[in-house]
Amino acid sequence: MKAPARSHPLWLAFVLHRLSGLALALFLPAHFWLLSQALTNPSRLDGFLAFAEMPLVKLSEFGLVFLLAVHMFGGLRLMALEFLPWSDRQKTLAAGAVGVAFLISTTFFLKAV
Amino acid sequence: MLDLRLYMLQRLSALVMAPLVLGHLAVMIYAIQGGLSTAEILGRTQGSVLWFAFYGLFVFAVSLHAAIGLRVIIHEWFGLKGPVLSLLTWGACAGLLVLGLRAVFAVTVP
Amino acid sequence: MTAAQETLDVTVHRGTTRGARYDSFQVPAHASQTVLDVVSWIQQFADPTLSYRFACRVGMCGSCAMMVNGTPRWTCRTHVKKVAADGKLMIEPLRNLPVIKDLAADMDPFFDKWTAAQGQHHPSQTRHDPIEPIDPVDPLRVEADLGVECINCAICYAACDTVAGNPDYLGPAALQRAWTLLNDSRDDGRGAILDAVSGTGGCHNCHSMGSCTQYCPNELNPMRAIAGLKRETAKSFFKGKRNA
Repeated sequence: MKAPARSHPLWLAFVLHRLSGLALALFLPAHFWLLSQALTNPSRLDGFLAFAEMPLVKLSEFGLVFLLAVHMFGGLRLMALEFLPWSDRQKTLAAGAVGVAFLISTTFFLKAV
Repeated sequence: MLDLRLYMLQRLSALVMAPLVLGHLAVMIYAIQGGLSTAEILGRTQGSVLWFAFYGLFVFAVSLHAAIGLRVIIHEWFGLKGPVLSLLTWGACAGLLVLGLRAVFAVTVP
Repeated sequence: MTAAQETLDVTVHRGTTRGARYDSFQVPAHASQTVLDVVSWIQQFADPTLSYRFACRVGMCGSCAMMVNGTPRWTCRTHVKKVAADGKLMIEPLRNLPVIKDLAADMDPFFDKWTAAQGQHHPSQTRHDPIEPIDPVDPLRVEADLGVECINCAICYAACDTVAGNPDYLGPAALQRAWTLLNDSRDDGRGAILDAVSGTGGCHNCHSMGSCTQYCPNELNPMRAIAGLKRETAKSFFKGKRNA
């Protein structure tokens, strides 16, 4: 059975929040492992950091920063929805969260390249 | 599938992490300028009680938060429940905690 | 190019289990026609064995709710032209519920969850007490009133992806009803309600994706009600800690 038409904004916000969380959860073990190389194998970490200077990697980092920022601002919107008095402007807030996340990650990218 | 307790844990760990994430993003934007190297990272973090506390807290909070989030996804999208679901949840929490604390120690303990 | 659409291509779910089979019909198109008209035509002129539900046919009872091209709708209030611009219709029973036959879904789980959420009035007075005046502009009463016009059509339940993924989840309608009772000054079940919505199937599973509010034909807002329940249960969580 086809599922209900889902292109409404708050559903998209839900999917973005879930997928960004999932991506971050899967990324973190690799991130932690790499950083611990600072202790056991610093030259490997340096090698990776040099490799990470490539524009494609910087673009991926931009993606990661965006995922983190959008997950956090989306999460803050959800907690405002749940714990503050009700606001009808949920779609606006959701769009705002994406916008701010994009701004932050773009700032990162511009500083990184 | 969340009951009140897991839900509150999820929300509280999120609140704890909000300032930590903002701090982390700010640090990254600052640190990434002019490239990054192991020596540069360690030069800033090694021996620092502040960074140890900051990222140590971050690791604790994210281990709880991500494990509970994964629990929900695994249940809703893959239908797992009962002991298997709990095992995976705890496993995720433990895995992130161990790897994360190793990383924190690696960059802060002299 | 082609002449005005004279017939509709209608595919209808048949059988006693979900996805059992799909039958196709060519239904005469009219200028002003609802999806309920289409289903009724099929049963009256093409296949008398088709099972479906309706009652008021004017958008008051909610009995005719079905999935139309993947969206849960009241078929009596759905004009064909609005949902089938290309003349194609796919009609199925409401999602997230077992199928009795063809287009008739089994509403039992929906009502069981209504009860499980403590969605029934908990008396605080007897017939011997004076009638308590209710102020219609009292903030709690206003909040409750936002949800009392639910007619249990289960469209929100069918629309919700969390219901689809979590069989224990009580669902938007049941939780909204619990919220209206929580805010009802005459209701004496506060503790029971908060307990009922705090279990593994409770309000904390809601992800606020808002499909319930998006598709409710009565323009209710279950997502708002569930947010209210989260607020109240969180408050009681902290109070509980202090009393422990």
